[in-house]
Amino acid sequence: MLDNISILFQAPIFAVDLLIQGLLIGGIFVLAAYGLALVWGVMNVKNLAQGELVILGGYLAYQATLWGIHPIVALPVAFVLMFCFGWVIYLVIIKRVVDRDMFTSLLATFGLSLLIQQSLNLVFGPEVRIAEAGFGTLILGDLAIPVIRIVSLGLAAVLAVGIILFMRNSRMGQAIRATAQDPRAARVLGINTDRVYAFTYALNAAICGSAGVLVAMIWNIQPYYGLVHSIRSFIIVTAAGLGNLPGVIIAGFGLGVWENYAGFVFGAEFAIAAVVALLVGVLMVRLFQLYRVRQVVR
Amino acid sequence: MRFLKMDMRAATVAAALTASFGLAAAPADAKVEGDTIILGAAMSLTGKYSTNGIDTQNGYELAVDMINKNGGVKVGGKSYKFKVAYYDDESTPARGAQLAERLINQDGVKYMLGPYSSGLTKAIAPVTEKYKIPMIEAEGASRSLFTQGYRYMFAVLSTSEQYLASSVALAAELAEASGKKASDVKVAMAFENDPFSLDVRAGVVEDAKKHGMNIVIDDKLPRDLADMTSTLTKVKALKPDLLVISGHAKGAVTAGRQISEMKLDVPMIAMTHCESAKITENFGAGPMEGILCPTQWSETLSYKDDLFGTAGEYDALFKKTYPSYKTVPYQAAQASAALQVWKDAFERANSFDTEALRDAIAATDMETFYGRIKFAPEGNNIAKPMVLRQIQGGEYLVVAPTKWASSKVQHPRQPKY
Repeated sequence: MLDNISILFQAPIFAVDLLIQGLLIGGIFVLAAYGLALVWGVMNVKNLAQGELVILGGYLAYQATLWGIHPIVALPVAFVLMFCFGWVIYLVIIKRVVDRDMFTSLLATFGLSLLIQQSLNLVFGPEVRIAEAGFGTLILGDLAIPVIRIVSLGLAAVLAVGIILFMRNSRMGQAIRATAQDPRAARVLGINTDRVYAFTYALNAAICGSAGVLVAMIWNIQPYYGLVHSIRSFIIVTAAGLGNLPGVIIAGFGLGVWENYAGFVFGAEFAIAAVVALLVGVLMVRLFQLYRVRQVVR
Repeated sequence: MRFLKMDMRAATVAAALTASFGLAAAPADAKVEGDTIILGAAMSLTGKYSTNGIDTQNGYELAVDMINKNGGVKVGGKSYKFKVAYYDDESTPARGAQLAERLINQDGVKYMLGPYSSGLTKAIAPVTEKYKIPMIEAEGASRSLFTQGYRYMFAVLSTSEQYLASSVALAAELAEASGKKASDVKVAMAFENDPFSLDVRAGVVEDAKKHGMNIVIDDKLPRDLADMTSTLTKVKALKPDLLVISGHAKGAVTAGRQISEMKLDVPMIAMTHCESAKITENFGAGPMEGILCPTQWSETLSYKDDLFGTAGEYDALFKKTYPSYKTVPYQAAQASAALQVWKDAFERANSFDTEALRDAIAATDMETFYGRIKFAPEGNNIAKPMVLRQIQGGEYLVVAPTKWASSKVQHPRQPKY
């Protein structure tokens, strides 16, 4: 472990390399986490199927490559298809658990995640799949940066900006924000909150699906790979807090960088362990903050 | 009502028991019927291993046909034919063990062939041991099968710790040929944390130690592996002479893609599952040029025997017999070799006695189209090396061991990223 740290100091170029790679993948984490923050914040549903929605989007990209379509082209298609899928899932499942307590929504979305996993396994089989973009690598001195990572960060940014503008300026965006603040008041003012919920969940599915297309182009997908993506989303949202978009962005990029450094220093096996350890750390810091606040109040 | 239900269940069990006793009584001694020697096998004909299970069955059947056509098996001056009794184990170990009991207890089989996969073999071996029934298996490679002290189980294939050990030997050979010492070789390892990959790792570590090599990276990969950036960055930093990777198909997919993306400049890379991960199709022949992939057997090897001829002739015969195959899986080849060992053992023992046969199998030392077969006291084949193929121009060419190789190894590898 110490050897690995000393490499970073002796050859800082590798530290820079890890930093850049981490920032590039962070954008994808931000997408899925933002979707979760949206659903959590607006509907108070903790969506455990978040990672499965990501993987589902990945399989759409994979299927597109089988048909000879470039996965980048599949991105908008996946966005639309996943939006529809999210709407249907809302009508069939989520609608019935929105007003229930936390455990009902956890159980329902956990069941949904199992359902998606097994269906993917039946349709595509258990092998790992990829969607190859074939963009090559950008060489900057000693740094080798896969172009697909840069492209996907750009696409993630475009998507994020689009969603922010939508939330800020459109009628539906305003309705979503109003519902998040106070659903009852929103209903009183004539907002169809049921439709807002459906739209929110569908939007989340669409964002996750797009993130999944990027995941299939950068890493690989397998029916059971959703869990790590769910965990990452929960960590980012927990660390950033609900409704804190700049926080989600910073936490997402931070997580990408942290994962890469942890993998380098502790070994790849412990990269996810390090991510979860970070969550514990964040929760403890939060706890101490709350404790301090309580003291002041008293 | 409840009692009634219980009674019903008891009655069903009783009926089933009676039926099974009735069945058991029918074939009293089925080991040799007339001029036919019956071998038994549980085989994964359905379920998750069914593809490879059917490959194995086809390998068994081809050898049975060839042996029967070419004079059969000569015991006590008389010629016998082979026949294999199969049951479908549905790719589940528990079912495999039940079926082995059934073959031995009810069907009276005294000579067994192995099932497909290490898991099934692990489930069946305790049964054959219990009844002291010799079993020649062709598809269970796990090292753990040969540390249990089994006396009646023999395996014709190379064990899993040999999968990448041959790349260490090759690295040592190449270092010495270029005037360096084998102990100068720096090795980087990335292995998934699962029983198979850790077996492979154990073999690499052992051989690297034997040559006094320096292991500079020893990363374990997670089960849900999707990203190796941090490990490969370390590889770039430490510049090893040999990089070995094993993590099933997902490991090969991830490694293949990221080796290409990061334009990794390591003179020698060896990994398992190249073909199941389709790395040349997915990432192009250029970037994958020079990667070494182990296999149990290849049709281009110069092995041969009297029954099938050369490895190439076996390949042609198999494709002719089963036209649906474009390439012959090594699983089929090793299955055929298992029957050659049975024939050889019957003829040398010149008896149907299981103990005499066990000793004859243990003393096996024969050349086959699949490679030489000679068993260690633990039952694994120690005479056949694992074969290394190298990707050259998109083709998998056998480059090591040098004695049997059809092509020259490209070193250092010359990828075109």
